[in-house]
Amino acid sequence: MTGWIEIGALNDIPRLGSRVVRTASGDIAVFRSADDDVFALDDRCPHKGGPLSQGIVHNKRVTCPLHNFVIDLASGEAVAPDTGCTRVHPTRVENGMVWLSLRQANPAS
Amino acid sequence: MLEKVIKQKLVVIGNGMAGIRTIETLLERAPDLYDITVFGSEPYGNYNRILLSPVLAGEKTVDDIMLNTVQWYDDNDITLRKGETVTMIDRRTCEIVTEAGERLPYDRLLIATGSNPIKLPLPGKDLPGVIGFRDIYDVERMVEASTSHRNAVVIGGGLLGLEAANGLMKRGMNVTVVHLLDTLMERQLDPVAGGLLRKSLEERGMVFRMPAQTQAILGEDRVTGVRFGDGSELAADLVVMAVGIRPNFELARKAGLHCERGIVVSDTMQTYDGRIYAVGECVQHRRQTYGLVAPLFDQAKVCANHLAMKGFATYDGSVVSTKLKVTGIDLFSAGDFAPGPDKEEIVLQDANRGVYKRIILRDKKIVGAVLYGDTIDGPWYFQHLRDGTDVSAMRERLVFGAANLGDGGHAGQNSVAAMSDATEICGCNGVCKGTIVKAISEKKLFTLDDVRAHTKASSSCGSCTGLVEQVLAFTLGGDYSTAPKVKPLCKCTDHSHDDVRRVIVEQNLKTIPDVMRFMDWKTDNGCHSCRPALNYYLLATWPGEYRDDQQSRYINERVHANIQKDGTYSVVPRMWGGVTTSNELRAIADVADKFNIPTVKVTGGQRIDLLGVKKEDLPAVWADLNEAGMVSGHAYAKGLRTVKTCVGSEWCRFGTQDSTGLGVRIEKFMWGSWTPAKVKLAVSGCPRNCAEATCKDVGVICVDSGYEIHFAGAAGLHIKGTEFLAKVATEDETLEVIAAVTQLYREQGWYLERMYKWCDRVGLDAIRRQVVEDVANRKALFERFACSQQFSQSDPWAERARRGVGRNEFAPMAELELA
Repeated sequence: MTGWIEIGALNDIPRLGSRVVRTASGDIAVFRSADDDVFALDDRCPHKGGPLSQGIVHNKRVTCPLHNFVIDLASGEAVAPDTGCTRVHPTRVENGMVWLSLRQANPAS
Repeated sequence: MLEKVIKQKLVVIGNGMAGIRTIETLLERAPDLYDITVFGSEPYGNYNRILLSPVLAGEKTVDDIMLNTVQWYDDNDITLRKGETVTMIDRRTCEIVTEAGERLPYDRLLIATGSNPIKLPLPGKDLPGVIGFRDIYDVERMVEASTSHRNAVVIGGGLLGLEAANGLMKRGMNVTVVHLLDTLMERQLDPVAGGLLRKSLEERGMVFRMPAQTQAILGEDRVTGVRFGDGSELAADLVVMAVGIRPNFELARKAGLHCERGIVVSDTMQTYDGRIYAVGECVQHRRQTYGLVAPLFDQAKVCANHLAMKGFATYDGSVVSTKLKVTGIDLFSAGDFAPGPDKEEIVLQDANRGVYKRIILRDKKIVGAVLYGDTIDGPWYFQHLRDGTDVSAMRERLVFGAANLGDGGHAGQNSVAAMSDATEICGCNGVCKGTIVKAISEKKLFTLDDVRAHTKASSSCGSCTGLVEQVLAFTLGGDYSTAPKVKPLCKCTDHSHDDVRRVIVEQNLKTIPDVMRFMDWKTDNGCHSCRPALNYYLLATWPGEYRDDQQSRYINERVHANIQKDGTYSVVPRMWGGVTTSNELRAIADVADKFNIPTVKVTGGQRIDLLGVKKEDLPAVWADLNEAGMVSGHAYAKGLRTVKTCVGSEWCRFGTQDSTGLGVRIEKFMWGSWTPAKVKLAVSGCPRNCAEATCKDVGVICVDSGYEIHFAGAAGLHIKGTEFLAKVATEDETLEVIAAVTQLYREQGWYLERMYKWCDRVGLDAIRRQVVEDVANRKALFERFACSQQFSQSDPWAERARRGVGRNEFAPMAELELA
């Protein structure tokens, strides 16, 4: 896990929307809920790799734009009966700024 | 603080399905509004009365059919007073009085006293061994009798009587059914189907005595037999009277509430006393009483809406369908099938296969259906019946069912029973019959939505929905299926598209959160299905006023390009009427080179598609295309896509009019408009129809004397030729009619409902009347379309490429070196 990195202002992410953070190991999708919670996930749907950042955000979930898989933003798990999981990265918001800590790929996988 | 407001008191008389469904719905809507007390004379919680027959037949137990246990009432803070009877309603003081003399005040009262079995006034009717068929107690007595006695007589050859007879037979008794008329289930069946039913029940060992009138029930201490009108007698140790039910409204009548055959209620389920509501079998609504379960649930929903003080739902009556719950007998009936001078019939009878189908039509619509032997299309007919679909276009093939009507992809398969497990049902997601059957049985699925969620079958294009429904019916067997009368917009709400559109206008709702709040959405901010729908409805209802919610747009419409499987996008510039220039082509070539666009493809709509554009390149690509005078082609939009044309009189030796010029003119007028689903147009210069106008949403065929306007075609999931709408003499009129029909579709269509589906639903005649015959209305529709166009014709590409709209959308938030 990396240390905390400031990635930008909360207001740069639309409510019920998302932004992408580029990293050398792939894009991270950063979501903002209706009540300003912020979540970060790998920008890949566990189903067919669709960019979750492009989906519609609702009730702390996002619907993948490719085949409507619904992913829980807090856990990264697909909502039943779909199955699969996307890696989640810790976030926090301080003084209107969003901070992100990246979890590295598990060496075993 | 005066925080604790005293809750209003709601008293419910009757602990049956209708009353409790009302309370359940009310609790979802307004959990804290009332202190609720429920009186029930039976010593149980609430159970599913329509499943008493399977309990009698030994196929289910009493526990299986319990809907709400006593625990449920506790959990929801409802006082259940079971085994207690209310004997009086004192409307003056707003109190009810119990048998024991206790008085209990109410602010609102709900009467759901249901019905009583009709007991024929025969000599001997009160002898031991004579019972009705109405509640668990009756079933227990019948089961008990079947263990110690041999011969049963069931009086009544209706739905209830036959189910009782079947149950007793399964319990090992010899059963004779006595029926007054010569047709079984005469309220649901015609004589032919009644005869087929009788034959197959006889094959199972049931004996019939009909037409026959019972004159007396014989016996001294206990029933020993029955005597008929002709003097003959039949021995019996059990007599079940199942001749019908009668609404139980004695209490209401004594309280001075207006009653006829039931308690008379309004469309809001109120009695003549506004504080008193009534639902279920005890009510009479628009002269109808109901004894089946689906209407009760419709009523419960409306009643709960008003009890929750929302006050916008109305009950318009129900059309009911019946399925006999006798395992192995396929029987379906719906609607009105009594012969009449204004009705027509389509009949298919195949004695060898034991199949009988009768479809009754009036005014080009299905008003009734009786199916025997092959009931697989029952729900399909019923859907058309309830929707009031104009079926004249499919009349020739109607009797053969849904599978015969032009769906692409399923090669005429219509009998799921005959399919092997490996047969593919859903072509989009590759789901076979066996997979669906397995999911239904293992995961205990009951609805189409369940199947969609668990197997993905029917969850993409939806053209296999009918097949999946059939697999459900086939796998679940005879249990009732209540397809909801109105399809909810999505799982976040019970309300239909039509309800939502109506309430938006009536209540002047202007934002998505306002709609969700007012209409009691079940989720905080909807889902990917309802938000885009609501966004469209608000946009179409309040042009120029509603602020488009970008986060409720599907990605393609939010970024004005089409997402591809690898997350890149495709870009299609508009080519008016399919006409381009060397300069435009050069600009497209330059863009393709500059941005390393891997694929350049000609589309079916006469334009050029640039595929594989990276999202962050989109604004720069658009800027270059804009520079050459090109704008967005809206190839991604639920809106106007293309106007395909042939070259017409300008070049073609057969051309009768300037089809290219007209196409360009239509496209310039209509581009940018949002519609419920995509809209594709075409203009052909002569009847040779090189622009293939007769399979488009709207197509024009030019002829020497003017312009024929066609609409509601399709050439995708479904193949459907267009319907003729109107013939006009000038280009101006053509434009007016096309804009008017599009506007009507914009105002009435359900989100994602293509124009041909909308036409199927509301009817060709209704559309012609409003768009063609009523000229003033056509002009008004045209004006509304033109008005909304003022606000929609701004090139979204230019807004983003040059004016910085949605800048954040296209740039990453941050780029991190590490990891």
